Amino acid sequence: MSRSYDRALTVFSPDGHLFQVEYALEAVKKGTCAVGLRGKDVVVLGVEKKSVLQLQDPRTVRKVAMLDDHICLAFAGLNADGRVLIDKARVECQSHRLTVEDPVTVEYITRHIAGIQQKYTQSGGVRPFGVSTLIVGFDPNDTRPRLYQTEPGGTYSAWKANAIGRSSKTVREFLEKNHKDDLSRDETIKLTIKSLLEVVQTGAKNIEINIMESYGKITALEQSEIEAAVQEIEREKEAEAERKRSRLAATAAGQAAMSQAVPGQ
Amino acid sequence: MDISFALTGKGYVLVAADTTAARSIIKMKSDEDKIKVLSPHLLMAFSGEPGDTVNFAEYVERNLRLYHIRHTYPLRPASAASWIRRSLAESLRSRSPYSVNLLLGGYDTATHTPELYWVDYLGTMTSVPFGAHGYGSYFALSLLDRYHDPEAGLEEGLAALRRCIDEVSKRLVVSPGKYKVKVVDKDGVREIEL
Repeated sequence: MSRSYDRALTVFSPDGHLFQVEYALEAVKKGTCAVGLRGKDVVVLGVEKKSVLQLQDPRTVRKVAMLDDHICLAFAGLNADGRVLIDKARVECQSHRLTVEDPVTVEYITRHIAGIQQKYTQSGGVRPFGVSTLIVGFDPNDTRPRLYQTEPGGTYSAWKANAIGRSSKTVREFLEKNHKDDLSRDETIKLTIKSLLEVVQTGAKNIEINIMESYGKITALEQSEIEAAVQEIEREKEAEAERKRSRLAATAAGQAAMSQAVPGQ
Repeated sequence: MDISFALTGKGYVLVAADTTAARSIIKMKSDEDKIKVLSPHLLMAFSGEPGDTVNFAEYVERNLRLYHIRHTYPLRPASAASWIRRSLAESLRSRSPYSVNLLLGGYDTATHTPELYWVDYLGTMTSVPFGAHGYGSYFALSLLDRYHDPEAGLEEGLAALRRCIDEVSKRLVVSPGKYKVKVVDKDGVREIEL
Protein backbone atom coordinates (compact mmCIF):
# COMPACT_ATOMS: atom_id res chain seq x y z
CA MET A 1 0.00 0.00 0.00
CA SER A 2 2.36 2.68 1.24
CA ARG A 3 4.94 1.43 -1.27
CA SER A 4 3.81 3.82 -3.97
CA TYR A 5 4.52 6.82 -1.77
CA ASP A 6 8.14 5.79 -1.44
CA ARG A 7 8.85 6.14 -5.11
CA ALA A 8 8.57 9.81 -6.01
CA LEU A 9 9.53 11.78 -2.98
CA THR A 10 7.64 14.92 -3.82
CA VAL A 11 4.45 13.03 -3.09
CA PHE A 12 2.79 13.11 0.32
CA SER A 13 1.49 9.95 1.88
CA PRO A 14 -2.21 10.19 2.82
CA ASP A 15 -1.36 10.82 6.46
CA GLY A 16 0.89 13.75 5.56
CA HIS A 17 4.34 12.16 5.66
CA LEU A 18 7.17 12.61 3.23
CA PHE A 19 8.77 9.20 3.56
CA GLN A 20 12.04 10.06 1.83
CA VAL A 21 12.65 12.89 4.26
CA GLU A 22 12.00 10.58 7.16
CA TYR A 23 14.39 8.02 5.70
CA ALA A 24 16.98 10.78 5.41
CA LEU A 25 16.55 11.41 9.13
CA GLU A 26 17.21 7.70 9.66
CA ALA A 27 20.46 8.06 7.71
CA VAL A 28 21.38 10.92 10.05
CA LYS A 29 20.75 8.72 13.08
CA LYS A 30 23.19 6.17 11.67
CA GLY A 31 25.92 8.80 11.32
CA THR A 32 28.53 9.48 13.98
CA CYS A 33 27.56 11.81 16.81
CA ALA A 34 28.31 15.55 16.82
CA VAL A 35 27.79 17.93 19.72
CA GLY A 36 27.65 21.72 19.74
CA LEU A 37 27.80 23.74 22.93
CA ARG A 38 27.57 27.48 23.47
CA GLY A 39 29.38 28.99 26.45
CA LYS A 40 29.58 32.60 27.61
CA ASP A 41 31.96 33.77 24.90
CA VAL A 42 33.01 30.53 23.30
CA VAL A 43 31.38 27.86 21.20
CA VAL A 44 32.64 24.30 21.02
CA LEU A 45 32.07 21.58 18.43
CA GLY A 46 32.77 18.03 19.47
CA VAL A 47 32.51 15.09 17.11
CA GLU A 48 32.82 11.36 17.37
CA LYS A 49 35.47 10.18 14.95
CA LYS A 50 35.12 6.79 13.33
CA SER A 51 38.23 4.74 13.94
CA VAL A 52 40.20 4.79 10.72
CA LEU A 53 41.53 1.59 9.26
CA GLN A 54 45.10 0.74 9.99
CA LEU A 55 46.45 1.79 6.59
CA GLN A 56 44.13 4.78 6.09
CA ASP A 57 45.27 8.40 6.29
CA PRO A 58 43.20 9.89 9.12
CA ARG A 59 43.63 13.45 7.80
CA THR A 60 41.41 12.66 4.85
CA VAL A 61 38.44 11.78 7.03
CA ARG A 62 36.92 15.03 8.22
CA LYS A 63 33.61 15.76 9.86
CA VAL A 64 34.20 19.36 10.83
CA ALA A 65 34.70 21.88 8.07
CA MET A 66 35.44 25.58 7.98
CA LEU A 67 32.94 27.45 5.85
CA ASP A 68 34.61 30.84 6.24
CA ASP A 69 37.02 32.57 8.62
CA HIS A 70 34.37 32.77 11.32
CA ILE A 71 32.06 29.81 10.73
CA CYS A 72 32.46 26.08 11.30
CA LEU A 73 30.17 23.23 10.41
CA ALA A 74 29.90 19.68 11.71
CA PHE A 75 27.56 17.16 10.18
CA ALA A 76 26.14 13.74 10.87
CA GLY A 77 24.89 11.38 8.20
CA LEU A 78 26.10 10.52 4.73
CA ASN A 79 29.64 11.79 4.29
CA ALA A 80 29.35 12.36 0.55
CA ASP A 81 26.17 14.39 0.94
CA GLY A 82 27.82 16.44 3.66
CA ARG A 83 30.75 17.23 1.42
CA VAL A 84 28.51 18.53 -1.35
CA LEU A 85 26.56 20.68 1.08
CA ILE A 86 29.76 22.10 2.59
CA ASP A 87 31.06 23.04 -0.83
CA LYS A 88 27.83 24.85 -1.72
CA ALA A 89 28.01 26.72 1.59
CA ARG A 90 31.64 27.73 1.06
CA VAL A 91 30.87 29.12 -2.37
CA GLU A 92 27.97 31.09 -0.90
CA CYS A 93 30.20 32.54 1.83
CA GLN A 94 32.63 33.95 -0.74
CA SER A 95 29.86 34.99 -3.10
CA HIS A 96 28.23 36.93 -0.27
CA ARG A 97 31.51 38.71 0.44
CA LEU A 98 31.90 39.54 -3.24
CA THR A 99 28.43 41.00 -3.62
CA VAL A 100 27.97 42.92 -0.38
CA GLU A 101 31.59 43.20 0.83
CA ASP A 102 30.63 41.70 4.19
CA PRO A 103 31.11 38.26 5.67
CA VAL A 104 27.98 36.18 6.12
CA THR A 105 26.25 35.99 9.49
CA VAL A 106 25.84 32.56 11.05
CA GLU A 107 22.10 32.74 10.63
CA TYR A 108 22.39 33.73 6.98
CA ILE A 109 24.53 30.74 6.04
CA THR A 110 22.39 28.41 8.15
CA ARG A 111 19.32 29.65 6.34
CA HIS A 112 21.07 29.19 3.02
CA ILE A 113 22.06 25.61 3.83
CA ALA A 114 18.58 24.82 5.13
CA GLY A 115 17.21 26.36 1.93
CA ILE A 116 19.30 24.00 -0.18
CA GLN A 117 18.18 21.04 1.90
CA GLN A 118 14.55 22.08 1.51
CA LYS A 119 14.93 22.47 -2.25
CA TYR A 120 16.01 18.84 -2.46
CA THR A 121 12.73 17.72 -0.87
CA GLN A 122 10.57 19.54 -3.37
CA SER A 123 12.15 19.08 -6.79
CA GLY A 124 11.98 16.19 -9.20
CA GLY A 125 14.72 13.66 -9.84
CA VAL A 126 16.64 14.34 -6.66
CA ARG A 127 16.74 12.88 -3.17
CA PRO A 128 17.12 14.79 0.08
CA PHE A 129 20.52 15.30 1.73
CA GLY A 130 21.09 12.57 4.29
CA VAL A 131 22.72 14.98 6.70
CA SER A 132 21.92 17.13 9.69
CA THR A 133 24.36 19.92 10.43
CA LEU A 134 25.50 21.91 13.42
CA ILE A 135 26.74 25.35 12.45
CA VAL A 136 28.75 27.44 14.90
CA GLY A 137 30.45 30.78 14.70
CA PHE A 138 30.45 34.47 15.44
CA ASP A 139 28.71 37.22 13.54
CA PRO A 140 30.91 40.04 12.27
CA ASN A 141 31.32 42.80 14.90
CA ASP A 142 29.64 40.71 17.58
CA THR A 143 30.97 38.81 20.57
CA ARG A 144 28.09 36.42 21.10
CA PRO A 145 28.69 32.82 20.06
CA ARG A 146 26.07 31.22 17.81
CA LEU A 147 24.90 27.65 17.36
CA TYR A 148 22.41 26.49 14.76
CA GLN A 149 21.13 23.16 13.53
CA THR A 150 19.72 22.17 10.15
CA GLU A 151 17.86 19.00 9.19
CA PRO A 152 17.25 17.11 5.92
CA GLY A 153 13.75 18.56 5.61
CA GLY A 154 15.20 22.08 5.57
CA THR A 155 14.22 23.16 9.06
CA TYR A 156 16.73 25.18 11.02
CA SER A 157 16.85 26.35 14.61
CA ALA A 158 19.14 28.05 17.15
CA TRP A 159 20.34 26.25 20.27
CA LYS A 160 22.29 26.67 23.49
CA ALA A 161 23.53 23.11 23.16
CA ASN A 162 22.55 20.28 20.89
CA ALA A 163 23.60 16.93 19.47
CA ILE A 164 22.99 15.19 16.15
CA GLY A 165 23.67 11.71 14.83
CA ARG A 166 23.98 8.38 16.60
CA SER A 167 22.41 8.36 20.10
CA SER A 168 21.84 12.09 19.84
CA LYS A 169 18.80 11.72 22.09
CA THR A 170 20.90 10.38 24.95
CA VAL A 171 23.41 13.19 24.54
CA ARG A 172 20.72 15.87 24.30
CA GLU A 173 19.07 14.59 27.48
CA PHE A 174 22.46 14.65 29.18
CA LEU A 175 22.98 18.23 28.02
CA GLU A 176 19.51 19.23 29.18
CA LYS A 177 20.38 17.92 32.63
CA ASN A 178 23.83 19.48 32.86
CA HIS A 179 23.78 22.66 30.78
CA LYS A 180 24.14 25.98 32.57
CA ASP A 181 24.14 29.45 31.07
CA ASP A 182 27.37 31.43 30.73
CA LEU A 183 29.81 28.53 30.94
CA SER A 184 33.49 29.46 30.85
CA ARG A 185 35.80 28.22 28.11
CA ASP A 186 37.13 25.26 30.09
CA GLU A 187 33.71 24.31 31.43
CA THR A 188 32.26 24.35 27.93
CA ILE A 189 35.00 22.10 26.59
CA LYS A 190 34.66 19.74 29.54
CA LEU A 191 30.90 19.45 29.23
CA THR A 192 31.23 18.79 25.50
CA ILE A 193 33.68 15.96 26.11
CA LYS A 194 31.58 14.65 28.99
CA SER A 195 28.46 14.55 26.85
CA LEU A 196 30.30 12.82 24.02
CA LEU A 197 31.63 10.21 26.45
CA GLU A 198 28.00 9.22 27.05
CA VAL A 199 28.01 7.60 23.60
CA VAL A 200 31.67 7.17 22.67
CA GLN A 201 32.87 4.05 24.41
CA THR A 202 36.39 4.12 23.06
CA GLY A 203 37.23 7.39 24.81
CA ALA A 204 39.64 10.14 23.82
CA LYS A 205 41.04 8.63 20.64
CA ASN A 206 37.67 8.82 18.91
CA ILE A 207 36.86 12.38 19.93
CA GLU A 208 37.69 15.57 18.08
CA ILE A 209 37.13 18.98 19.64
CA ASN A 210 37.10 22.34 17.88
CA ILE A 211 36.84 25.59 19.79
CA MET A 212 35.88 28.99 18.46
CA GLU A 213 36.64 31.80 20.86
CA SER A 214 35.97 34.93 18.89
CA TYR A 215 35.56 36.06 15.31
CA GLY A 216 37.94 33.97 13.24
CA LYS A 217 39.78 32.36 16.16
CA ILE A 218 39.43 28.62 15.77
CA THR A 219 41.58 26.02 17.48
CA ALA A 220 41.47 22.25 17.49
CA LEU A 221 42.21 20.54 20.78
CA GLU A 222 45.32 18.34 20.74
CA GLN A 223 44.83 14.63 21.29
CA SER A 224 46.83 14.83 24.54
CA GLU A 225 44.57 17.62 25.84
CA ILE A 226 41.47 15.58 25.10
CA GLU A 227 43.02 12.57 26.84
CA ALA A 228 43.80 14.70 29.89
CA ALA A 229 40.22 15.97 30.00
CA VAL A 230 38.83 12.45 29.63
CA GLN A 231 41.02 11.22 32.47
CA GLU A 232 39.91 14.08 34.70
CA ILE A 233 36.26 13.33 33.95
CA GLU A 234 36.81 9.65 34.73
CA ARG A 235 38.50 10.51 38.02
CA GLU A 236 35.57 12.69 38.97
CA LYS A 237 33.13 9.96 38.05
CA GLU A 238 35.07 7.48 40.19
CA ALA A 239 35.17 9.84 43.15
CA GLU A 240 31.44 10.35 42.79
CA ALA A 241 30.88 6.57 42.69
CA GLU A 242 33.14 6.16 45.73
CA ARG A 243 31.13 8.73 47.67
CA LYS A 244 27.94 6.96 46.70
CA ARG A 245 29.35 3.60 47.83
CA SER A 246 30.47 4.90 51.21
CA ARG A 247 27.16 6.68 51.71
CA LEU A 248 25.36 3.44 50.87
CA ALA A 249 27.59 1.50 53.24
CA ALA A 250 26.93 4.04 56.00
CA THR A 251 23.17 3.76 55.62
CA ALA A 252 23.43 -0.04 55.49
CA ALA A 253 25.48 -0.06 58.68
CA GLY A 254 22.99 2.26 60.32
CA GLN A 255 20.14 0.02 59.36
CA ALA A 256 21.96 -3.03 60.67
CA ALA A 257 22.61 -1.32 63.98
CA MET A 258 18.94 -0.36 64.20
CA SER A 259 17.75 -3.90 63.57
CA GLN A 260 20.20 -5.22 66.15
CA ALA A 261 18.99 -2.72 68.66
CA VAL A 262 15.39 -3.87 68.33
CA PRO A 263 15.63 -7.36 69.94
CA GLY A 264 17.50 -5.89 72.89
CA GLN A 265 14.56 -3.67 73.82
CA MET B 1 47.49 56.68 -16.34
CA ASP B 2 48.14 54.13 -13.60
CA ILE B 3 51.76 53.38 -12.90
CA SER B 4 52.98 50.25 -11.18
CA PHE B 5 56.40 48.73 -10.58
CA ALA B 6 57.53 45.49 -9.06
CA LEU B 7 60.89 43.88 -8.49
CA THR B 8 62.28 40.80 -6.81
CA GLY B 9 65.16 40.72 -4.36
CA LYS B 10 66.72 38.23 -2.00
CA GLY B 11 63.69 36.50 -0.48
CA TYR B 12 61.18 39.24 -1.20
CA VAL B 13 59.12 40.94 -3.91
CA LEU B 14 58.46 44.67 -3.84
CA VAL B 15 55.30 45.94 -5.45
CA ALA B 16 54.55 49.64 -5.86
CA ALA B 17 51.63 51.47 -7.42
CA ASP B 18 50.59 55.10 -7.56
CA THR B 19 47.60 56.14 -5.48
CA THR B 20 45.78 58.55 -7.75
CA ALA B 21 42.31 57.86 -9.02
CA ALA B 22 41.80 60.15 -11.99
CA ARG B 23 39.14 60.76 -14.56
CA SER B 24 40.12 62.56 -17.73
CA ILE B 25 42.36 65.41 -16.52
CA ILE B 26 40.85 65.53 -13.02
CA LYS B 27 42.38 63.92 -9.95
CA MET B 28 39.47 62.49 -7.94
CA LYS B 29 41.41 60.90 -5.12
CA SER B 30 45.01 60.54 -4.05
CA ASP B 31 44.95 57.63 -1.59
CA GLU B 32 43.59 54.81 -3.69
CA ASP B 33 45.04 51.38 -2.91
CA LYS B 34 45.77 49.61 -6.18
CA ILE B 35 47.57 46.63 -4.63
CA LYS B 36 45.36 43.82 -3.45
CA VAL B 37 46.48 41.25 -0.90
CA LEU B 38 45.20 38.01 -2.41
CA SER B 39 46.48 35.51 0.13
CA PRO B 40 48.99 35.44 2.99
CA HIS B 41 51.89 35.45 0.53
CA LEU B 42 50.47 36.98 -2.62
CA LEU B 43 50.14 40.56 -3.86
CA MET B 44 48.55 41.92 -7.00
CA ALA B 45 48.97 45.42 -8.41
CA PHE B 46 46.25 46.18 -10.93
CA SER B 47 45.84 48.94 -13.48
CA GLY B 48 43.67 49.61 -16.50
CA GLU B 49 40.06 50.58 -17.04
CA PRO B 50 38.69 51.99 -13.77
CA GLY B 51 35.89 49.78 -12.52
CA ASP B 52 37.17 46.76 -14.40
CA THR B 53 40.25 46.77 -12.23
CA VAL B 54 38.56 46.65 -8.84
CA ASN B 55 35.88 44.30 -10.07
CA PHE B 56 38.39 41.85 -11.45
CA ALA B 57 40.67 42.11 -8.42
CA GLU B 58 37.81 41.31 -6.06
CA TYR B 59 36.71 38.42 -8.24
CA VAL B 60 40.21 36.97 -8.11
CA GLU B 61 40.48 37.60 -4.38
CA ARG B 62 37.29 35.68 -3.60
CA ASN B 63 38.17 32.78 -5.87
CA LEU B 64 41.61 32.35 -4.35
CA ARG B 65 40.10 32.55 -0.86
CA LEU B 66 37.58 29.87 -1.83
CA TYR B 67 40.44 27.69 -3.04
CA HIS B 68 42.25 28.23 0.25
CA ILE B 69 39.21 27.24 2.33
CA ARG B 70 38.44 24.24 0.16
CA HIS B 71 41.95 22.82 0.18
CA THR B 72 43.34 24.15 3.49
CA TYR B 73 46.37 25.50 1.61
CA PRO B 74 46.41 28.57 -0.64
CA LEU B 75 47.44 28.39 -4.29
CA ARG B 76 51.15 28.86 -4.85
CA PRO B 77 52.14 31.97 -6.83
CA ALA B 78 52.79 30.11 -10.08
CA SER B 79 49.41 28.37 -9.99
CA ALA B 80 47.60 31.53 -8.96
CA ALA B 81 49.22 33.42 -11.83
CA SER B 82 48.16 30.71 -14.27
CA TRP B 83 44.60 30.80 -13.01
CA ILE B 84 44.45 34.60 -13.23
CA ARG B 85 45.95 34.62 -16.71
CA ARG B 86 43.38 32.10 -17.86
CA SER B 87 40.55 34.17 -16.37
CA LEU B 88 41.77 37.16 -18.36
CA ALA B 89 42.20 35.11 -21.55
CA GLU B 90 38.65 33.79 -21.23
CA SER B 91 37.36 37.25 -20.47
CA LEU B 92 39.12 38.62 -23.57
CA ARG B 93 37.12 36.21 -25.73
CA SER B 94 33.82 37.04 -24.05
CA ARG B 95 31.33 39.74 -24.95
CA SER B 96 32.64 42.13 -22.30
CA PRO B 97 36.33 41.63 -21.67
CA TYR B 98 38.15 43.05 -18.66
CA SER B 99 40.89 45.49 -19.59
CA VAL B 100 43.15 44.99 -16.62
CA ASN B 101 46.92 44.75 -16.41
CA LEU B 102 48.55 43.07 -13.47
CA LEU B 103 51.79 42.61 -11.59
CA LEU B 104 51.60 39.55 -9.40
CA GLY B 105 54.20 39.24 -6.67
CA GLY B 106 54.33 36.28 -4.34
CA TYR B 107 56.53 34.27 -2.05
CA ASP B 108 56.43 30.54 -2.60
CA THR B 109 56.48 29.04 0.90
CA ALA B 110 57.20 25.56 -0.46
CA THR B 111 60.36 26.40 -2.41
CA HIS B 112 61.19 29.60 -0.47
CA THR B 113 61.53 31.69 -3.58
CA PRO B 114 60.11 35.11 -4.42
CA GLU B 115 58.19 35.14 -7.68
CA LEU B 116 56.95 37.90 -9.92
CA TYR B 117 54.61 37.66 -12.89
CA TRP B 118 53.78 40.30 -15.45
CA VAL B 119 50.28 39.86 -16.86
CA ASP B 120 48.37 42.06 -19.30
CA TYR B 121 44.75 42.28 -20.43
CA LEU B 122 45.42 40.11 -23.50
CA GLY B 123 46.30 37.20 -21.27
CA THR B 124 50.05 37.48 -21.73
CA MET B 125 51.96 36.18 -18.78
CA THR B 126 55.68 36.11 -18.13
CA SER B 127 57.74 35.39 -15.10
CA VAL B 128 60.11 38.36 -14.68
CA PRO B 129 62.76 39.60 -12.24
CA PHE B 130 61.22 43.09 -12.44
CA GLY B 131 58.30 44.60 -14.28
CA ALA B 132 56.18 47.69 -14.76
CA HIS B 133 52.91 48.80 -16.26
CA GLY B 134 51.79 52.16 -17.58
CA TYR B 135 53.84 55.20 -18.59
CA GLY B 136 56.24 54.47 -15.75
CA SER B 137 57.50 51.41 -17.61
CA TYR B 138 59.24 53.64 -20.21
CA PHE B 139 61.62 54.86 -17.52
CA ALA B 140 61.62 52.04 -15.02
CA LEU B 141 62.53 49.15 -17.29
CA SER B 142 65.80 50.69 -18.45
CA LEU B 143 66.66 51.80 -14.92
CA LEU B 144 65.94 48.39 -13.44
CA ASP B 145 67.86 46.78 -16.29
CA ARG B 146 70.86 48.67 -14.99
CA TYR B 147 70.26 48.66 -11.22
CA HIS B 148 68.23 45.55 -10.42
CA ASP B 149 69.98 42.82 -8.49
CA PRO B 150 68.05 39.64 -7.67
CA GLU B 151 70.31 39.10 -4.66
CA ALA B 152 69.82 42.59 -3.24
CA GLY B 153 68.58 43.14 0.30
CA LEU B 154 65.39 45.04 1.05
CA GLU B 155 67.12 48.43 1.44
CA GLU B 156 68.89 48.09 -1.90
CA GLY B 157 65.63 47.02 -3.52
CA LEU B 158 63.87 50.05 -2.11
CA ALA B 159 66.69 52.26 -3.40
CA ALA B 160 66.20 50.85 -6.91
CA LEU B 161 62.47 51.43 -6.59
CA ARG B 162 63.08 55.01 -5.45
CA ARG B 163 65.20 55.61 -8.54
CA CYS B 164 62.29 54.56 -10.74
CA ILE B 165 59.79 56.73 -8.88
CA ASP B 166 62.13 59.74 -8.88
CA GLU B 167 62.78 59.39 -12.59
CA VAL B 168 59.06 59.28 -13.33
CA SER B 169 58.49 62.36 -11.16
CA LYS B 170 61.29 64.14 -13.00
CA ARG B 171 60.46 63.26 -16.59
CA LEU B 172 56.77 62.42 -16.90
CA VAL B 173 54.47 65.35 -17.62
CA VAL B 174 51.54 63.88 -15.68
CA SER B 175 53.42 62.16 -12.89
CA PRO B 176 51.45 60.97 -9.90
CA GLY B 177 52.40 62.32 -6.49
CA LYS B 178 52.23 59.39 -4.13
CA TYR B 179 52.93 55.68 -4.25
CA LYS B 180 51.94 52.79 -2.08
CA VAL B 181 54.59 50.13 -1.62
CA LYS B 182 54.00 46.63 -0.36
CA VAL B 183 56.44 43.82 0.17
CA VAL B 184 55.91 40.10 0.39
CA ASP B 185 58.46 37.75 1.93
CA LYS B 186 58.58 34.68 4.15
CA ASP B 187 56.70 36.50 6.91
CA GLY B 188 53.83 37.46 4.61
CA VAL B 189 52.67 40.80 3.31
CA ARG B 190 53.30 44.26 4.76
CA GLU B 191 53.18 47.86 3.68
CA ILE B 192 56.30 50.00 3.55
CA GLU B 193 56.59 53.78 3.74
CA LEU B 194 58.97 55.04 1.11
